[in-house]
Amino acid sequence: MTFYVIPKTAVPDWVDHLRKSRRVVGPRPLHGQYVFDEVRSARELDLSYPTTVIPPKKYLLPQREDLLSFRAGVGEAQLAQEGSPTVVLGVHTCDLHAIQLLDLVFSQGNRDQHYLTRRESVALVSIECLKPCGPHSFCKSMGTLGVIDGYDLHLTDLGEEYAVDVGTEKGQALLKGFGSVREGTEADHRLFNRVMAEKWPRFPLRLDFDITELPSLLSTSYDSSLWEELGQRCLACGMCTNVCPTCYCFNVLDEVDFTLSAGRRYRIWDSCQLDRFATVAGGHNFRAAQAARVRHRFFRKGKYQTDAYGLLGCVGCGRCAQVCLVHITPVDTWNELNRRRNTASLSAGVKEAQA
Amino acid sequence: MTAELKSSLESTSIYLPTLATITNVRPITKMEKVFTVELPGGMSLGHKPGQFVEVSLFGIGEAPISICSSPSRSNGRFELCARKAGDLTGVLHTLGPGDRIGVRGPFGEGFPVERFRGKDMLFAPGGLGLAPLRSLIDQVLDERGNFGRVIILYGARNPSELLFTDELAEWARRSDVELLVTVDRGDATWKGNEGVITTLFPKIQIYPRDTVAFTVGPPVMYRFVIMECLAKGIPEGNIWLSLERRMKCGVGKCGHCQINNVYVCQSGPAFRYSEIKHLGEAL
Repeated sequence: MTFYVIPKTAVPDWVDHLRKSRRVVGPRPLHGQYVFDEVRSARELDLSYPTTVIPPKKYLLPQREDLLSFRAGVGEAQLAQEGSPTVVLGVHTCDLHAIQLLDLVFSQGNRDQHYLTRRESVALVSIECLKPCGPHSFCKSMGTLGVIDGYDLHLTDLGEEYAVDVGTEKGQALLKGFGSVREGTEADHRLFNRVMAEKWPRFPLRLDFDITELPSLLSTSYDSSLWEELGQRCLACGMCTNVCPTCYCFNVLDEVDFTLSAGRRYRIWDSCQLDRFATVAGGHNFRAAQAARVRHRFFRKGKYQTDAYGLLGCVGCGRCAQVCLVHITPVDTWNELNRRRNTASLSAGVKEAQA
Repeated sequence: MTAELKSSLESTSIYLPTLATITNVRPITKMEKVFTVELPGGMSLGHKPGQFVEVSLFGIGEAPISICSSPSRSNGRFELCARKAGDLTGVLHTLGPGDRIGVRGPFGEGFPVERFRGKDMLFAPGGLGLAPLRSLIDQVLDERGNFGRVIILYGARNPSELLFTDELAEWARRSDVELLVTVDRGDATWKGNEGVITTLFPKIQIYPRDTVAFTVGPPVMYRFVIMECLAKGIPEGNIWLSLERRMKCGVGKCGHCQINNVYVCQSGPAFRYSEIKHLGEAL
């Protein structure tokens, strides 16, 4: 592997350089937490951030996005403006994995031009995570602590400098015309290898089983009593899906302006955890029990998305666990399902031996 | 979908409706109206029986409505039977000939009518479920020679809620259609069967290995009709259902119509019972 090197002291110049031709967004502190926001000066940027409240998904699938505008009964599609390129700096590898899933969702089957137009204009500069970002993340268990593709540029913190791996031509273009980049030397590579080798042991494995077993664990846990227990606790607030980097379900609504004949049709993030998500016009709710809604979310994350797209629907970022007011977490849920399954098969074995 | 319509959608947005014109509105009950709709330039919808479209009223929203006319009778037009049930259908019911609506689709998998050639066809719709099944029934009647017996068991809550009564009368007159109708509760003038739809099953004799059954109706109905079909000996793979869900986007993205891992707007709304019986959220 060859890589470039950017001194950390040159990052402000690089941000200024990028800002000449595109919007630059990245992590910055806000009220004691971190958010992805437009970076107007490199001073605001903090690439060593732990995690953000909302994932960078919002630049690809905004919380609210116009799909159409209409006037006097005639509709017109509103695609994201071309020529408004954005570079997202400092994407953690969990979020990068999540974007790879979103790319599949919106490009397979019926191609969603709204997402894809926006996606085309976004360049992703990811960054290697060298230490756990908080108590809730479990990326190592989910296999998302490293990346091999999906980024345009990928940064690794070497102390005084960043190693910069070029993933795509779009990424290469981000370095074009910027003078303070040099090719990595043999010493840089030695340092890079040491930094990388040292990072893995810092991350704990938080699931009690291997991630490849998750879909099969779920397929035998559909009728588990745990769902009812979680359903009793869950407040159906939808915060978990709101902060999730792989959630993409949306509602579509119309809004008219003061003329009452013109307006826009937009999509807005929706949540399968909200009580009326599956309610039809006649009033029947096809997923009325909160236990069923909690189960649906964990099945989407751990099984359904894998069945459909070959990628896990959970990337282990831990945001849902962090925001949940009643402490429902993927790690606890899946470990508990695993424990119950093992207990059940153990007691079945004991019974068999006694018989 | 016609190639023309498809390419025009792909070049812009899968969410952009085509503007269509209502050419006729026919009230058939207090709550249901049948809308005849024409696409621009005589474009054909190109649907299969059992598919649905997303109907749009700009400023109100969009809702999935099943196509109730058969492809065999399309003639550049299609029909939608809409119950006044929600925001969109409430406004739709105020529209008349010449008014324009947005249409996207047709969406989903319909009934593969060509696979039922030579079979006895048993239709068991309940209430509004007759609307989607009518698209298949009419297709079958228009190709009557391709099928064995045609049996229609129809149940509604009361006589005033029976849909397409003129067509029911016509089917009753035909010697090549066996029609039985029941209502949960009759009124003073009702002389027919009383009781839920399952009370009609003992009245018919079928050859289960040669019969394909179709049922569409309110959520509560499916389990009971399926039990009757199974009790008659119809194989699970020959019992077809069409499932109602909130198909908001129609293109497999928005998540509202999911039954476990299945997007109804993509894999359905028509399913074989054997395909969905293992899905905990299906029935």
